[in-house]
Amino acid sequence: MEKEKIIAVQNLTKKFGDFTAVKNISFDVYKGEIFGFLGANGAGKTTAMKMLIGISNPTSGKATVAGFDVKEKAEMVKKNIGYMSQKFSLYDDLTIKENIQFFGGIYGLSRTEIKSKTESLVKELQLETIINSLVGSLPLGWKQKLSFSVALLHEPKIVFLDEPTGGVDPITRRQFWEMIYSQAYKGTTIFVTTHYMDEAEYCDRVSIMVDGKIEALDTPKNLKKHFKVDSMNEVFLKLARNVE
Amino acid sequence: MKTIGFIIQKEFKQIFRDKNMLKLIFILPIIQLLILSNAATFDVKNIDIIFVDNDQSKASRELEQSFKSSNYFNVRSSFFSEKLAVEEMQKGNTDVIINIPNHFDRDLQKEDKISIAVTINAIDAATAGIENVYINQILNTYNKNILAQSKYFTENKEIAQNILVIPSFWYNKNLNYKIFMVPGILVLLVTMLTLFLSSMNIVKEKELGTLEQINVTPIKKYQFIIGKLFPFWILGLVILTVGLIISKVIFDVPMLGNMALIYLFTSVYLLLILGIGLFISNHSDTQQQAMFIAWFIMVIFILMSGLFTPIESMPKWAQNSTLINPIRYFVEVMRMVMLKGSGFLDILPQFIIISSYAFVMNALAVWSYKKSN
Repeated sequence: MEKEKIIAVQNLTKKFGDFTAVKNISFDVYKGEIFGFLGANGAGKTTAMKMLIGISNPTSGKATVAGFDVKEKAEMVKKNIGYMSQKFSLYDDLTIKENIQFFGGIYGLSRTEIKSKTESLVKELQLETIINSLVGSLPLGWKQKLSFSVALLHEPKIVFLDEPTGGVDPITRRQFWEMIYSQAYKGTTIFVTTHYMDEAEYCDRVSIMVDGKIEALDTPKNLKKHFKVDSMNEVFLKLARNVE
Repeated sequence: MKTIGFIIQKEFKQIFRDKNMLKLIFILPIIQLLILSNAATFDVKNIDIIFVDNDQSKASRELEQSFKSSNYFNVRSSFFSEKLAVEEMQKGNTDVIINIPNHFDRDLQKEDKISIAVTINAIDAATAGIENVYINQILNTYNKNILAQSKYFTENKEIAQNILVIPSFWYNKNLNYKIFMVPGILVLLVTMLTLFLSSMNIVKEKELGTLEQINVTPIKKYQFIIGKLFPFWILGLVILTVGLIISKVIFDVPMLGNMALIYLFTSVYLLLILGIGLFISNHSDTQQQAMFIAWFIMVIFILMSGLFTPIESMPKWAQNSTLINPIRYFVEVMRMVMLKGSGFLDILPQFIIISSYAFVMNALAVWSYKKSN
C-alpha cells in the first residue's frame, strides 16, 4: 500500500531581505510517522516550521499540510494541526483547568467536550490534585507535558513540536518521548525539531538541515550506514563539518 | 461568538488576578481626580509683593494697605532699598516689586499725573499678565478714591458717570475652577488608562510567546480582537462611572445634561481609543516600545486638547491640528453636557467626527494585525 503523504513540500524558500533562511527545500512526511527535523542553531528549522504551520508566508515554493496549501488555506491548515513552540506558551497566570478551557474554546470545542477532555487529560498527566493551581507554579517538565497535551486537545492530524524538551531533565525527556510514541501509535503524525541527537534515534525518519538546505533525509539506521558511523551524533557532526 | 466569549472570559480572569491592575483601575482615578482638580488651576493667588516705599507718607501707606486687604496678594515686607528688593526677586522670594517714588503724596495732591514703578517676574508670561491686571485694578480703585477726595473731582462731576459693568457668568456662576477642570480631567483618566492598558495588552502576549500560539489556532482575526478589546471597553466605562461619582460626591460638579448621552459618546470614543491602542500594539515588539509610543501620543493629545490652554489662543496651524485630537472632542462634549446641559443635537458634530474616526482607526488596526508574516 502506498504511504499517504500528509505534508508535501516543494522548493520552499523564505527570504528576509537579502538573507535566505530557507533555500529551496523539498520533502514529504507520511501519515503516522515521527519525523525528526534536525539542524544546528540558525540552520532555518524554525523558519521552515513556521511556514508549515501557516504563520510565515513562503517567499516561493509550495507546501501542503493535511491536504491544504499553507499559503492559500492557512486557516484550514491550522484547524488540522497542533503546535507546541520553543517558548512555553500556556498562560502562567491561568490555572491548569483554565488553560485547557481557553485553548479548547478557541479550537471550537463544545463545553461538554472541553469538560471530558479536561478530565481525561489531567488524569493521564496525574494533575488532578493541582488542577486549580496556576500554571506558572508548575515545574518546567510538567509545563512541557501539559502544553503537549493542550496542543492535542482538538485531535489534530499532525502535531508540530519545536524543541519540546529544551532544558528538561533526562527522566522527563524520556517520559515526554513516551507520550510522543503513544500519540504516534494513535495515528497522529509528529513533526519534531530537536538538538538532542539521542532523540533523533527515536524518530522514524530524520532530515538534517544545514545552512537553510536539507542535506540528508532518511531513517536513522540508513543515515548511519551511509556515513559509516555508529551514532546520529557523528552523522550530524560530519554534515555540519562539511559546510565549514 | 462562542470563541469570543472564551477570550473575554480569559481576559477578565487575567485582569482581576493582577492586583496592580485593580489598584490602577480604582485608586488611580480617585487620586488623580482629587489632586489634579485641586492643583491644576489657572487662578493666580498668593502673589508675593514687596513695596519699596521711598515716600513713607499717608498716601503710600494707604496704597500698601489696599494691596494688603486684597485676597490675592501677600505683602511680604517693605524695603527702603530698591537693591534689596531686586535681590529678593532674584532669589525668587517675590513676584512683584512696587516702587513708590519720593514725594508721592505731595505730587499726588499737586499734579495730574504721577507714575510708580511696578516690576513683575514674568518667567511665566501668563501668570505675569494676570498679576498685571490685578495690580491695575487695585491701582484704579485707589485712583478713584483719590479723585473722589480731590477738589478736581468736585469741579468735574461728569467724570464720576462711570460705566458700571455687572458681568453675569453663564454655566459656571461662581467661576469655580474645579467645575471646569473636573470633567476634563475625567476625560484624561479614561483615555490614559484605556490607551495604556490596551496597547500593552497584546504586546505582552507577543513578548510571552502566547500570541504565536494563538496565531497557530484557526481563530479569526475579528474574534481575537473583539475578545481582547471588549474587556477594556468595559473597564473604560467603569472608570468613567467611578470618576463621575467622585465628581458628583466630592466636587459637586453640576450634571445638567442627560448622563446617558455621556455614556453613549464615551462608548464610541472608547472604541476609537482602543483602536489606537491596538494599532500601537501591532507596531511594537515590546511593552516598553508600546508604552513609549502611547506616552508620546498621549502628551501631544493632552497639551493640544484645550484642557490646559484654550484652543482659541493657539496659532492657526495648531488650531487645525487639534481637529484630529480625540481628547479635544471628548472634553468639549463632557463640558457641554455636564455644565450646559446640551442635548444630542448639540453634540452631533463631535459624535459624527468621533464615530468616523473610530471606524477608520479600527479598520487600520484590524488591517495591520497579521496572523502571519
